[in-house]
Amino acid sequence: MPTLLTPRSVSAFIAGAYEHPTRKAIDKTIAQLHAESAAGALRDAGLTKNDVDGYFCAGDAPGLGGLALAEYMGLKLRHIDSTEMGGSSYVAHVGHAAQAIAAGKCSVALITLAGRPRAEGLQTLGSRTYGPGVPEYGFELPYEPAVTNLYAMAAMRHMHEFGTTSEQLAWVKVAASQHAQHNERAMLREVVTVQDVLDSPVIADPLHRLDCCVISDGGGALVVVSSEIAGRLGPRCVKILGSGESIKHNDGGLIDLTYTGAVRSGPIAFGEARLKPSDIQYASIYDSFTITVIITLEDLGFCAKGHGGRFVADGNLISGIGRLPFNTDGGGLCNNHPNNRGGMTKVIEAVRQLRGEAHPKVQVPDCRIALAHGTGGNIATRMGSATVILGSNDA
Amino acid sequence: MTRLQEKTYAEPMINLETEPYWRAAREGRLMLKSCNDCGQVHHYPRAICPRCLSSATAWVQATGRGRIYSYSVMRRAPQPYAIAYVTLDEGITMMTNIVECKLDRLAIGQEVEVVFRATEGGQQLPLFRPAARKGSP
Repeated sequence: MPTLLTPRSVSAFIAGAYEHPTRKAIDKTIAQLHAESAAGALRDAGLTKNDVDGYFCAGDAPGLGGLALAEYMGLKLRHIDSTEMGGSSYVAHVGHAAQAIAAGKCSVALITLAGRPRAEGLQTLGSRTYGPGVPEYGFELPYEPAVTNLYAMAAMRHMHEFGTTSEQLAWVKVAASQHAQHNERAMLREVVTVQDVLDSPVIADPLHRLDCCVISDGGGALVVVSSEIAGRLGPRCVKILGSGESIKHNDGGLIDLTYTGAVRSGPIAFGEARLKPSDIQYASIYDSFTITVIITLEDLGFCAKGHGGRFVADGNLISGIGRLPFNTDGGGLCNNHPNNRGGMTKVIEAVRQLRGEAHPKVQVPDCRIALAHGTGGNIATRMGSATVILGSNDA
Repeated sequence: MTRLQEKTYAEPMINLETEPYWRAAREGRLMLKSCNDCGQVHHYPRAICPRCLSSATAWVQATGRGRIYSYSVMRRAPQPYAIAYVTLDEGITMMTNIVECKLDRLAIGQEVEVVFRATEGGQQLPLFRPAARKGSP
């Protein structure tokens, strides 16, 4: 059992977590999904809207920063943070909320995510753009980078340098599907085999359809509170032991697709928590594609660089079987990837594990130390990476 | 699945900083930006060097030769195409498409050379094709 090397003071706890149940929201607005998620997380924490004095959101929030949603939800705030790092934002927000609470800037921080790409008919061919004036567009968009073929280039290079195979990539999906069968809200509950993944159509070499995450509507929310408030709310509060964030980009053309920003965010988070990868009993790893998981596990130090394929093979990520149970809700590959931003659901499942509230079939026994990692943007161009290390209330 | 590419290309977004790059492309030349202060080359081209933030950047012509760093054939597109990162002989890696090739026979390390194709609006866009000399993937 992992033990903290020395007692450390924990200044902030996750008191509330809520995953919106919808996967296709044709009957709801984006603001409504944010507010329903917020209400769910506050209810889970045993708090009310009027307790919230800090608010965190990212680029999925309609309007200017968090202003429109703060107004929509009637929040009265003394702290606001709209850090945008794509799908990793919400993992970073957990760290930012802990910092703000430690600095006395707020005591109840609300973090929300929501979106409805399915209802709005998102097309997966073509490029995602983020407004005018973006300096790199002229040198990328004419070449038709979609999301898939960029991650595919990272996979192709990983295979070339390290001998990673399509079978090894497929094991990531197999593990996710083993977990998703127990999640009644998962979009894809069917258990798949390595051969099923290899037999699915190639989308962009070398990635098959089953190497890709789902597209879903919905959202989620977290409530982060001070240690004083956590003491009143009780043992379901989860400790924030460490957090780290970083970015990586193309560096003026010095491109290396074999690693992610996790090479920096991970050590920062582990250092703060005074823990090491072998202490982690459960890991939520952003799984936009199977290759994302393999590269991230290497970067976080769960195995050596280039050994990620071997690490995930033969069920090593399956709860109850493997050494590192991951994404026990089914992850983005099978369960939910609301608004193409999976960082929120990564934290939520880690909280469930540390509370002992994951599905009994996938619950890690006596889970006391967990990690959640988000990857935002694109690992083949520019990305945000955020890591948090969490502990159960008695960790 | 093997086929030659015949596809159209969207207009690049051209701005004050990058107009000379696209003017040179219309003349069949691939340009990079080099910094007169730190001596390093970068891409995509900026007015300010991303290595040292100097404003003393200058255009230099690239050889137009390089090797495929990575690639992927987008099979799901109505007309499959190959996106790639090509590492130029100057040491800079740029996003591009590989054309005039058999899509099933591309390889990392393959030698390629620049070729220009017209976009829908008549701009010339740098792409790459397998080099005339024998490649060694």
